[in-house]
Amino acid sequence: MIAFDFEYYRPESIQETIEIFQKLDQKKKKVCFFSGGTEFITFARVHQVHADSVIDLKGIPECTALEGKENDLIFGASVHLNQLIEANLFPLLSQNLRNIADHTSRNKITLGGNLNSRLMYREGMLPLLVADAKVTMYGIEGHETHPITQVFGKQSSLKHGQFLTQISIDGSFAKMPYLAIKRTRISKIGYPIVSIAALVKDEKLRIAFSGICEYPFRSRKIEDILNDKGLPVHERIDKAVSCIPGPMIDDRHASGQYRKFVLQNVLEEAMEFLEG
Amino acid sequence: MLSNKMGKTLVNIHVNGDTREAVIRSADTLLQTLRDELGLTGAKRACQNGDCGACTVLINGEPMHSCLCLTIEMQDKMITTIEGLTDTPLQRAFVDKWAIQCGFCTPGFIINAHALIEKHPDADDQTIDEWMSSNLCRCTGYQEIKEAIKTVLTDTDAV
Repeated sequence: MIAFDFEYYRPESIQETIEIFQKLDQKKKKVCFFSGGTEFITFARVHQVHADSVIDLKGIPECTALEGKENDLIFGASVHLNQLIEANLFPLLSQNLRNIADHTSRNKITLGGNLNSRLMYREGMLPLLVADAKVTMYGIEGHETHPITQVFGKQSSLKHGQFLTQISIDGSFAKMPYLAIKRTRISKIGYPIVSIAALVKDEKLRIAFSGICEYPFRSRKIEDILNDKGLPVHERIDKAVSCIPGPMIDDRHASGQYRKFVLQNVLEEAMEFLEG
Repeated sequence: MLSNKMGKTLVNIHVNGDTREAVIRSADTLLQTLRDELGLTGAKRACQNGDCGACTVLINGEPMHSCLCLTIEMQDKMITTIEGLTDTPLQRAFVDKWAIQCGFCTPGFIINAHALIEKHPDADDQTIDEWMSSNLCRCTGYQEIKEAIKTVLTDTDAV
């Protein structure tokens, strides 16, 4: 059980959300935005997160949108992962999200919740990184839309009182060749040792990674190396692996050496699939 | 706007076709409320972390870990617990196929499999495995459980 009590609000519009936040903030209450809530509940139960008030974003229509609009695909931040998989507007995203948690949990975990996760994996980011996604946020200072890399880089840079409402991509990315691979230690469900999402745009490979270093990333340097057809594939892979932008994770799930080995195999599989 | 201040409050919960009253805090999980307030102890308190599936219930027909739901957020939803399923073909199949050993995981498995059969009456092995991987059985009765599910799917096909 969650030992501490909190207030709960489920507003029905963005404006109502901002007004509630302002009132609570003026009373110096610690406010958490709540989407699927799976992480909030599990962390609160073991006293690793605390809130005086919780604002549930699921009642806001913009946060539960799931549609194609003109040339863009719009994903509401409070849409749960199975809804995204079943709608299959962006097949790479569907394939990638299928690898997160288990089927029943995916009926509660939301895309926005995954992007805001305190855990380092945030695998839902990978297809959005290769598709140059934009994220829309609202807060006291109004709304902003930015490339996903500007808001969810090594850490989330959402401002105080700001909450994610939608993620959008250009619809053309949904038609490109794609591949998502996840390797775990033992069973299919678990934290990644290596997780990638890749697609081919204009005959160039785009690829994003999770489980390798302490944040999900996409690297233009690695992509340039992998796309250098003047070199044999295994040489490209070795060079690319040496350019990981942070120390390789070395923990109880897998050593750094083993992750490197698995990453090399995964890249080989990806290159073979996508290049033919 | 739905809201609830600190402290306990009386709410209506729609469960198994009835509307029942429960006294809850905002921080109470659905699992707590079902078991401790409403006496519906079919959903089991095991990992409390969304890993084992023993607490699975249906929310508007979709399986969810009740340990990962706040009661307050489920006020306007239709909840089905194992107590709401009686003498279904699936439950008979679990008995016929010896898919029950200690029985602790059984409610969670049946609820999840029931939802699977309703949504995918022609589910293939891959779909069955994907859905059922949400539930753990320490007695490792997985094969019998899968056979029970497939029996019902086959019978559904035959109809």
